[in-house]
Amino acid sequence: MTAVELLPDTATSVVADPRGSHGPVRRGGALRAAVRRPGLVLAVLVLLLVLGWAFFPEWFTSRDPFTGVPRDKLTAPGAEYWFGTDHLGRDLYTRVVYGAALSLKATAIAVAVGFVAGTLIGLVSGFVGGRFDGVVMRLVDVLLSIPGLLLSLAVVTALGFGTVNVAIAVGVASVASFARVMRADVFRARTEVFVEAATVSGVSRPEILLRHVLPHALGSVLVLAALEFGGAILAVSALSFLGFGAPPPQPEWGALVSEGRNYLASAWWLTTLPGFVVAASVLAANRISRALDRDGGDFR
Amino acid sequence: MTASGPAARRAAALRRGGYGRYLARRAAQGVFVLWAAFTLSFVVLYLLPGDPVSIMLNATGDGVGVDPGAVAALRAEHHLDSSLVVQYLYALADAVCGDFGSSIPTGEPVTRAIAEALPQTLALTAVSFTLAVLAGGGLALLSTSVRWRPLRRVLLSLPPLGVSVPTFWIGLILLQLFSFRAQLFPATGNAGFSALVLPAITLAVPTGAVFAQVLAKNLAAAWRSPFVETARAKGLSRTHIQLRHALRNGSIPVLTIIGITVGQMLAGAVVVETVFSRNGIGRLTEESVAAQDIPVIQGLVVLSALVFVLVNLAVDAVYPLVDPRIGRLERRRAPQEALA
Amino acid sequence: MSLLEITDLRIAYGDRPAVEGVALTVAPGEIVALVGESGSGKSTTAHAVIGLLPGSAAVTGSVRFAGEELVGLRDKELEAVRGRRIGFVPQDPGVSLNPVKRIGEQIAETLRAHGLADRKGAAEEALKVLERAGLPDPELRARQYPHQLSGGMKQRVLIGIALSCGPELIIADEPTSALDVTVQRRILDHLEERARTTGTAVLLITHDLAVAADRADRVVVLRHGRVVEQGPASAVLTEPREDYTKALIAAAPTLTSDRLKTTDPAGVPVLRVEGLRKDFGSTLAVDDVSFAVRAGETYGLIGESGSGKSTIARLVLRLEDPTAGRITVVDEDVTALRGKALRGFRRRVQLVYQNPYSSLDPRFTVEQAVAQPAKAFAVGDTASRRRSVAELLDRVALSADTIDRRAGELSGGQRQRVAIARALILEPEIVVLDEPVSALDVSVQDQILRLLVDLQAERGLAYLFISHDFAVVRQVADTVGVLQAGRLVEQGPAEEVLREPEHPFTRELLAAVPGREVRV
Repeated sequence: MTAVELLPDTATSVVADPRGSHGPVRRGGALRAAVRRPGLVLAVLVLLLVLGWAFFPEWFTSRDPFTGVPRDKLTAPGAEYWFGTDHLGRDLYTRVVYGAALSLKATAIAVAVGFVAGTLIGLVSGFVGGRFDGVVMRLVDVLLSIPGLLLSLAVVTALGFGTVNVAIAVGVASVASFARVMRADVFRARTEVFVEAATVSGVSRPEILLRHVLPHALGSVLVLAALEFGGAILAVSALSFLGFGAPPPQPEWGALVSEGRNYLASAWWLTTLPGFVVAASVLAANRISRALDRDGGDFR
Repeated sequence: MTASGPAARRAAALRRGGYGRYLARRAAQGVFVLWAAFTLSFVVLYLLPGDPVSIMLNATGDGVGVDPGAVAALRAEHHLDSSLVVQYLYALADAVCGDFGSSIPTGEPVTRAIAEALPQTLALTAVSFTLAVLAGGGLALLSTSVRWRPLRRVLLSLPPLGVSVPTFWIGLILLQLFSFRAQLFPATGNAGFSALVLPAITLAVPTGAVFAQVLAKNLAAAWRSPFVETARAKGLSRTHIQLRHALRNGSIPVLTIIGITVGQMLAGAVVVETVFSRNGIGRLTEESVAAQDIPVIQGLVVLSALVFVLVNLAVDAVYPLVDPRIGRLERRRAPQEALA
Repeated sequence: MSLLEITDLRIAYGDRPAVEGVALTVAPGEIVALVGESGSGKSTTAHAVIGLLPGSAAVTGSVRFAGEELVGLRDKELEAVRGRRIGFVPQDPGVSLNPVKRIGEQIAETLRAHGLADRKGAAEEALKVLERAGLPDPELRARQYPHQLSGGMKQRVLIGIALSCGPELIIADEPTSALDVTVQRRILDHLEERARTTGTAVLLITHDLAVAADRADRVVVLRHGRVVEQGPASAVLTEPREDYTKALIAAAPTLTSDRLKTTDPAGVPVLRVEGLRKDFGSTLAVDDVSFAVRAGETYGLIGESGSGKSTIARLVLRLEDPTAGRITVVDEDVTALRGKALRGFRRRVQLVYQNPYSSLDPRFTVEQAVAQPAKAFAVGDTASRRRSVAELLDRVALSADTIDRRAGELSGGQRQRVAIARALILEPEIVVLDEPVSALDVSVQDQILRLLVDLQAERGLAYLFISHDFAVVRQVADTVGVLQAGRLVEQGPAEEVLREPEHPFTRELLAAVPGREVRV
């Protein structure tokens, strides 16, 4: 839900600074650069860890996410159970690890839906221009006027509940911002002097689109994709928290927090720790998006 | 949204006529948005795979063996026997008269259900919005004023944190700390102002963070601009420049995101009201989705578009008064010296 | 005793030095010009005096103002000096006033900040400032916002603000480089006159030796953060001691320096424009313009911003469709070419842009950039194209290893050479040069102009040379056309127009070219 406000960020940074790339580009020293940005390194590590959970959960835990040890129920976090246990004695850490697969799958689908549909709409609209562009952008404005979460809820109502439907719903809600950024970039790239220079040189329109416009436009859409990844984790977990995702006992992150609500007073870890994992993942995705944005600017 | 798009469009509209015509045009565009939002929700809710009637009846719990009479009645009520276009036209005509049908499970008219829930959410949103503006604006001002690097970095890292944290989680943590541990505020319910505090704070965090981010960015941009250099060369103090120059220029773009922000607060209310078991629009939304109560959902979508349109109309009305440049933006695009 | 005394000033950003030991003085009432090319540290020095450098700058050395050390002062102490005792005139008036504050407020707040007037008094004083700035109807101007004033008016306001508190020194940082030549002259006249009548000293930062010669009592020449030469203006400019100063003076075109182009073109007309007209909505950008360019000829099109000169370039290049008129290349009417025929036309007319930083795709290597037109027309294969690129790079005096570098890694002058090579690879008949040197330093500018003249002689190219600078046009053009508000008010052989300008606007343009005081 934050993507829309941050659009100007990604948009303005793409404008080629007339004197920015004056000196030779310094290469190498990636390690030194990493040391200088510990926050970014941490963000990459967090995201790698979460991706690891999603793809190879058994590497990270030997327990089963569905069967618990009843006598250990509602045990506080400790050496035995890192994140504590729930009311059925299931290990919360294991459930969070296995939940990563569901939650990240939904996030990936959501971003893919928004990215593919949005960039295509934006690309065509921006390149065709004229009246067609006017109509498409009006529609995009309408989509943006309905809050993302509400739009997702409407789509979920129509499609029915479940992880995939939630993912599609979240993706649909982000189509508009992708379309808008892509279209703005195509427009900006089209007005770059070097694009006109290519026209004067007799380069054909498809060639210009492919060689000049697309590479320049893609940069900020990728930044937005990284940003939307964080936003999608949030939206997916919110819908899952509201109970519209996978049915229990599936350990989706949002659902885990929701299950823990009944034990707010007695077992703080049941809500706090899964929620913390969600927050950390979103923060990591946003941090990486910002780094991409800035490096994209430096690259020129 | 703060890009020159909407601003340029405002400028173009303002150039084409006086202030009155400008507002009239913006209002007409608002009506278009409302119509489009209605149509969009109709398309999504009635045309996506799945028979709306069976969804509706299924959700009421009747399940198998529904009374054929009920099905027929429902079909007739929603004109589902007619062609799609006719269905849509009936629905649109009803909506124009303020009739969005009735809730499936309760049979209550949609407009009455919304009207009953609205005041609670309006109160929540109003308090929360005020909090967000004060806290977000304050944070942005503070983080661009502080010159001690470490503190500045900490302050600047708060808004990105605020937009990354799930709203439901903030709510639950606040509940744990201030309702269960400290027992300062009631955990649930709508009773009185004290029940409003925690939900309002929860809802204000993401919005305030967005305000802080956008404003801090604009303030920083203003501080880098040549007119601030002029102001410094004139011997003005930093505080004077921050409040009289940077803040004034930096807060204008923030105006343009208010419409979207208020809409998002409505959506955020779905989560917040669920967490704090408050009655309101959010709760109504959550329950309606759970019951797949299509007429109510459609009413809520149109309501959010209406709020967006009204807030933006208010912003449009104020905008030319605070930004004297409007009307000039468009001229910048004159192609005369585009080559240079 | 000197008013301002800078000794051994050193400024560095991290490990990158910007100023390395500058020393200069300004006496009370004296006008000192600080001259240098881009990267010489002239602007950094000026900003250091009033402590306006960004926090990342490390400043050492001494800046004494009226006996008081300014380096190392705290912000509060500096604020009492800035605006009150040292005024500052910025580079680009277009962005140097707050766009959402009224002009009157922006003047008054200076007076109030220094406790020179209360709210009411300051507002009244602001009107007087506007009046002294030479702006008619001060009451109206005070109520207006910056965008309602022209560039020249805004600079007058800024000069007025700088002088409003009666300072002893004014620092003017390239005060006219963003303005049109005729406005430039009026603003410099105004600044000089105000300074002389109030007895205010001026430190004038400029890249333009001629401006320095016209306005300053003394000149300080800066290069790579060091003072190369300084002395009385007349001495430095007529009898420079240092090689760098000599080279700089030789490179700067004036209305009397030697022309680069000596041969007379004798070719047939290749470009003919008749009755050209272009409307943008209700504004008429180009109004009934006719001219012809022969093979081997340079046609210099001179005008200020908004005169329509760039629009004419776009029309000739068929990037824009004319409202009326005819464009002929050799014998072919190209006015309404479309599709395939238009693409064929592109082979014959090429373009070099003003800004070499934006006209090359930063992602392209030099080879890709130069070869792109040939590739678009499927001329030769990859290997033969690489050979032609290498030959052209050699011809425009770029080293052979440039071919695999990216445009982003090159300097402005190098990029403009790449852009010229790119324009030549298809062997066009006509090259449109849109202010090809105005973004470059004088020494680089001189090299590029020489290159263009040589290439023309070699290949019999017809140039349409667009510029705002009479001195530059004079060096290379055979024929000139003077454009005012879309109309060609005068055209003829360059020497003739220059010697006996007929139209008053041409005379004004000529008079505005700096360098009248000192003839080199």
